[in-house]
Amino acid sequence: MTKEEVGELERRARTIRALTIEAIGHLGVGHIGGAMSIVDILALLYFKRMDVDPANPRRADRDQLVLSKGHAGPALYSTLALRGYFPREWLMTLNVGGTALPSHCDRNRTPGIDMTTGSLGQGFSAACGIALGNRLGGIGSRVYCIVGDGECDEGQVWEAAMFAAHYKLDTLTAFVDYNKMQIDGRTDEVMGLGSLADKWKAFGWFVQEVDGHDMAAMDRAIDAAETERGRPSMIILDTVKGKGFSLGEGQVASHSMTFGPEEAKKAIAALEGR
Amino acid sequence: MEKKEMRAAYVETLMELARENPDIVILEADLMKATGTGAFAKAFPDRAFNAGVAEANMVGVASGLSAAGRIPFAATFGSFAGRRDYDQFFLSANYARLNVKLVGTDPGVTAKYNGGTHMPFEDLVLMRAVPGLVVLEPSDPVSLAAFVRLAAERYGCVYLRMPRGAADILYPAGESFEIGKAKVLRPGKDAAIFALGAVMVGEALKAADALTARGVGAAVVDVLSLKPLDLETLFALAKSTGRIVTCENGQASGGLGGAVAESLLEKGLAVKFARIGVRDEFGEVGTQEYLQERFGLTAERIGEAVFGLM
Repeated sequence: MTKEEVGELERRARTIRALTIEAIGHLGVGHIGGAMSIVDILALLYFKRMDVDPANPRRADRDQLVLSKGHAGPALYSTLALRGYFPREWLMTLNVGGTALPSHCDRNRTPGIDMTTGSLGQGFSAACGIALGNRLGGIGSRVYCIVGDGECDEGQVWEAAMFAAHYKLDTLTAFVDYNKMQIDGRTDEVMGLGSLADKWKAFGWFVQEVDGHDMAAMDRAIDAAETERGRPSMIILDTVKGKGFSLGEGQVASHSMTFGPEEAKKAIAALEGR
Repeated sequence: MEKKEMRAAYVETLMELARENPDIVILEADLMKATGTGAFAKAFPDRAFNAGVAEANMVGVASGLSAAGRIPFAATFGSFAGRRDYDQFFLSANYARLNVKLVGTDPGVTAKYNGGTHMPFEDLVLMRAVPGLVVLEPSDPVSLAAFVRLAAERYGCVYLRMPRGAADILYPAGESFEIGKAKVLRPGKDAAIFALGAVMVGEALKAADALTARGVGAAVVDVLSLKPLDLETLFALAKSTGRIVTCENGQASGGLGGAVAESLLEKGLAVKFARIGVRDEFGEVGTQEYLQERFGLTAERIGEAVFGLM
């Protein structure tokens, strides 16, 4: 990736962060921390890697993303709005009764959302099913899935991990948002994950670890994942919870925070001043 | 009466459907030998997936397969289909408005020697609470084959409950069925027995014979579709007989008994009413005959219940 491409993606990521802070600030409360930590991978996927068509969001041979950590929906909504799936004004309707943008992702409400998620662990299984279904349908497109590190406490994640390796789902590229925090504290305090990389390797996956805020590094990792044959790929993204949100960056409390439009404005100014 | 294995009817129908439609796929959780879907896997090796002993993931994967346009039939024991993957079936399949068919085998006392841990008395209660879900319990191999086909042809999630073993053939080949429609197997002017599933429909027919000998004419209704429930048939028989008895191989509260009671009360039909079913108890181990006696799921108890309303 050229320096210009990296700069362009970083600019997109800043816009996604600003839109997400603005949307959650407008509502007054939301899952800002885990939304901010995945913004860079979302920018890379939707503005470089994924073959999608915002005018035809259900095109059968599109690349798909399952955001298994469905509570980070607001970051994905900002990304989809910026990518042209729906008007940006919709972002101000987050969680308002009757909205197309509910706190957790819903494939029937939001153009561009590929799978309904929210009960942790479930999206990961669904991503395996989509990859398998595509294979049966002769569709070679990629399926991406983002799981949280706290989400890896769920047994279903490891059931799906075995399944994906057993059925050699090599069109599946999954990411763990390893921001090392969950609702009740640091992951090593709440439920130690041990070596995530070793776990995924032991489950038969092609595993890479990269800085989840480094566009070029993530892009290279995805390149490597997509040339791998016969096994699914896991890219562990080393991330910072609340990344780019000055009021909560690196804080456990950023998981779900209460803040208003004024604080959002300050946070966006700080983000853009960097 | 001629008998046939329910699982044989299930697998034969799935194979017919699979020959007609390349989107039909099956999933199992290490119970392929029990369900008898090995023949399907042999004929369609690329469309049969064993998820291992992992029911939650099986239903999650089925949901993803549906999102990618396939029509998955996932089967496991009803105890696990109801409890172990309820959240996955509820959210990934139903809430997401996908097209997953979940089959729970070994309902109620048919779990026999697997005992209380494997004895689903609650699956129908749980499934009734899923908005929009179609909940079916065919009563014989013919109705099972028909409802498997109807489930495949209709977009949307279905829970289908079936014993694996041999069941009496009650209907002629080619009989037509509808989701949401019961079948009146026998007319009767004094009372109507609404029975769900092979075990209870069989007992209800025996009970009706015995009641005839005592001068009581009891209609027997094969409910088939718990949700949607055939209210037209229910209300008509409630009005004509004034006495309704429900029979199910599971908890009487919240299942068929609950559904019928709610519907009658809301309609303002103050009939005489009794429920045959499990009364707030866990299952246990034994022969099916022992368990039917133990939980009161017999023709004798149905007959007493009807007679008690006279």
